Amino acid sequence: MPLQPASTLDELVQADERDYLWTLNFGPQHPATHTTLRLVLKLEGERVVDAIPDIGYLHSGFEKIGESLNYNQYVTVTDRMNYISPLANNVAWHGAVEKLLGLEITPRCKYIRTIIAELARISDHLLCNGAVGLDVGAITFFFYAFNQREVLYDIFETLCGARFTNSYTRVGGLMYDMTPLVIQKIRAFLKSFPATLDDMDRLLNRNRIFVDRTKGVGLLSREEALSRSASGPIARASGVTRDLRKDEPYLAYADFDFNICCATAGDCFARYLVRMAEMRESLRIVEQALENLPAGPVDVPIRERTALPTKRDVYATIEGTISHFELTMANRGFEVPNEEVYAAIEAPNGELGFYIAGDGSDVAYRARCRPPSFIHFAIFPHLIRGHTLSDIVAVLGSLNIIAAELDR
Amino acid sequence: MAIEVPENVVVSKLDSLANWCRKNSLWPMPFATACCGIELMATAASRHDLARFGAEVMRFSPRQCDLMIVAGRVVMKMLPVLQRIWQQMPEPKWCISMGACASTGGVFDTYSVVQGIDRFLPVDMYVPGCPPRPEQLIQAVIDLQDEIQRRGTLSGREFQTRARQEPKRALVELPIVTVPRGAGRLSHGTLH
Amino acid sequence: MTDPQTITALSSEFAGISTSEFRGETRVVVPRESIYAVLEFLRDKRGFDFLADITCVDYLNYRDAEDRFGLVYVLASTASNERVNLRVFLNEPDLSVPSAVPLWEGANWMEREVWDMFGIRFEGHPDLRRILLPDEFTAHPLRKDYPLQGRGERHNFPVLQRATS
Repeated sequence: MPLQPASTLDELVQADERDYLWTLNFGPQHPATHTTLRLVLKLEGERVVDAIPDIGYLHSGFEKIGESLNYNQYVTVTDRMNYISPLANNVAWHGAVEKLLGLEITPRCKYIRTIIAELARISDHLLCNGAVGLDVGAITFFFYAFNQREVLYDIFETLCGARFTNSYTRVGGLMYDMTPLVIQKIRAFLKSFPATLDDMDRLLNRNRIFVDRTKGVGLLSREEALSRSASGPIARASGVTRDLRKDEPYLAYADFDFNICCATAGDCFARYLVRMAEMRESLRIVEQALENLPAGPVDVPIRERTALPTKRDVYATIEGTISHFELTMANRGFEVPNEEVYAAIEAPNGELGFYIAGDGSDVAYRARCRPPSFIHFAIFPHLIRGHTLSDIVAVLGSLNIIAAELDR
Repeated sequence: MAIEVPENVVVSKLDSLANWCRKNSLWPMPFATACCGIELMATAASRHDLARFGAEVMRFSPRQCDLMIVAGRVVMKMLPVLQRIWQQMPEPKWCISMGACASTGGVFDTYSVVQGIDRFLPVDMYVPGCPPRPEQLIQAVIDLQDEIQRRGTLSGREFQTRARQEPKRALVELPIVTVPRGAGRLSHGTLH
Repeated sequence: MTDPQTITALSSEFAGISTSEFRGETRVVVPRESIYAVLEFLRDKRGFDFLADITCVDYLNYRDAEDRFGLVYVLASTASNERVNLRVFLNEPDLSVPSAVPLWEGANWMEREVWDMFGIRFEGHPDLRRILLPDEFTAHPLRKDYPLQGRGERHNFPVLQRATS
């Protein structure tokens, strides 16, 4: 039975009999499409009647690469998925790998991963809200956000050498331990950031233009959010009180006292406010984590044969030498069960999950990333119907669509 | 090109004046696709200010730009868009290929990523890095400015030199080697 | 993280399913004929209102694999925080499953991506066409018999030179 060729986008666009509607192409190269996505809009005057998304302009075959790189090499590729909070992707990937291996990481590693995941959340929300501000016209807000992101980049650079695309986690541990200089810089950031957040709040929270452009725009009801698999700040702004940090605690989140930020309105303004509030909660988590940072090793013990041992152990103990040999020589590595797992974390954008199928070798058989941006962009046509052309930009910004995660 | 001048008119001083003007007011067209786009935004933001070098006006309309900065990987679905935007830019125009993915395909040697935009577009400056630091991008802009000052001509004749007109040396595609993964044996795990 | 009652309810309601557990996750293998009924049962009777993911694994090079494709549905419940993974094993030539779009709207794009990458048809899907790759692309790249570097599609474009005037 030969398969019928499915209709192409052009046929879909032309098949509409309402030829009084005007077709406008939005993207893939446009300042307000956050990198490469394309919308074919059907407009009646300024009102959007329909929006057909066309994606794939950044599809780089991430999942296919996952079948050729081993677990420690693939973390560099996960950086490049949600590239505005790459540390969260690293934590998610290695969390899934460690779940597959059944590895329990050390308490210090859990705390450090929590800290960097929350700093990545702050970084992501700063850029998302900054981009919403920029698209709506508030460029000062954007510069404030970017300035704070530069401070975060400083911290990440002191931590692991790269501003972003860090690839900081490894199977069973981290690349380097946190040095006192990093902790000092994080504390300085914790002291100075709330003042900037207050400044940013004062700029936009009660700004008549911003509120008018975002309130009541892009309404997502609670049932729709659940039915369309929305997660993260977008779902929480619509009343779905689901946050994996509280519902399925992973890493060290169970030890901390923080709130989940939700709203009921479900419009762009609610999403913006949820993100601003989440940044404050993240600051609380980082503060508590820094206060109680446990001492001890960052990597799992040598007998697990997954993390590279320290040089002292390699030269002084026989287990260290054997472990080092096993991990660095070709055709060796750690044993992975022939099973499949799905592990998700609460990434800044939503539920970021990895479905990994292991096949015994240290290269994944299938590495699937469940991308929150992909699922949220599918909601976009539903949100934009009936709004005007200028609202497209506000709604698109509030959904935080990262093209690399969208297309992988 | 810009001005049609008869053969016997010496325009050397005018050339350097025109080059000075052009180099100090390069209007970039940010073709930001992926992670390098964020570093491009960071270069334009307050800390590493690209506006100091004249490249302040990041216009998104190709008709108003003269420098296209391709930041990020270009996949085969996007390449016709990139080529069309390049064709829409008026001469004189320059192209900076920012990052490893735009220059050579980067980490992504896959079925959909173009292995270097210089296979399909004329590129003037390559910036290595994944992503390049903002200082590297600023250095690339400065180097391009030096290049424009030294070699630029009022009529754009520098683009008509033989070196520029030769078709790009076709980079040979490496043969596709499939290494059979031994069932159950721990495999090598490197990208072939 | 699945309530044992869900498993017993599923097993008593449907024949032919088998469950297993690994690292705290419950995986349920469902035969192709009953997948839609199982999804509906889970959504309506057991409160699994959140469809996390629909994906597929190609077992062509897998040791001891009996079937070619394994379609995976990851479901979660927001009320009770349960999770369950459903698996449907498919073989050529009948690579088609009923679509889950009537149950969850979010399944729309996830199924389009599975079609694009693996070539599994979803019957009843409102708009099954390629989503990530260009429409002219002919292969299904995530299958194991498609090479990583592709078959030359990525350099099949015209080369632009500088204009000569």
